Amino acid sequence: MKLNNVIMRTMTQMVFFIIFLFSIHIFLAGHFAPGGGFVGGLLMSCAIVLLLITFDLKTVQTLLPINYMTLTAIGLALALLTACISAFAGEAFFTHYFDYFTLPLLGKTELHTAMLFDTGVYLVVVGVTMIIIQSIGGDE
Amino acid sequence: MMTFMQIIIIICIVAIGLAMLGIVYRLIKGPTAPDRVIALDAVGVAIIALVGLFSIFVGTSFYIEIILLLAILSFIGTIAFAKFLEKGEIIDRDNSNQ
Repeated sequence: MKLNNVIMRTMTQMVFFIIFLFSIHIFLAGHFAPGGGFVGGLLMSCAIVLLLITFDLKTVQTLLPINYMTLTAIGLALALLTACISAFAGEAFFTHYFDYFTLPLLGKTELHTAMLFDTGVYLVVVGVTMIIIQSIGGDE
Repeated sequence: MMTFMQIIIIICIVAIGLAMLGIVYRLIKGPTAPDRVIALDAVGVAIIALVGLFSIFVGTSFYIEIILLLAILSFIGTIAFAKFLEKGEIIDRDNSNQ
């Protein structure tokens, strides 16, 4: 029996990008406002789960050809290297640096190394969540 | 002394709390699974309303993002339950050939 889910497919095509942009917003809003890498990563995996529910494992693998194991490894390496920067500079492990820069469009901006660490957390959360969901959902 | 606005908001919070009691009754008693799924969705909507009212009461806009987050989670949960009840499985392996 063919399942007629035109409404769900059309809606997913729009809602996926809304959730994706909201995840980026939550990720960038972190540090001074509620948000950060962990919640952003969970929201991103929510968006991919919505795709998995609407379509199937094979279609999503062709849409987003990402190896989540590699993604997790990259995220862990990024987080660990960011934490090690201060150790190489002779200060305490996990010391974080920030400074004020004047960027072209944004004006005066405060840039942190904690942001790089958060990027690592984001990638690890997306990777691990998707590995778990794919291995549970892919069972026969 | 509370302002008129704050009194109205407290009345609304109490009303939504009473509504949630009814929803939780349906969640526990609900004879069939779809009843419980709809009750869960309604719990999500009631929590969103509570957070919105609380955000007005406290006078901050930090809770607005939490509302969007709760809405997304409740939405995806309802869709997953609906597909589970309809098809028996949530994530298909390959449905391109059926």
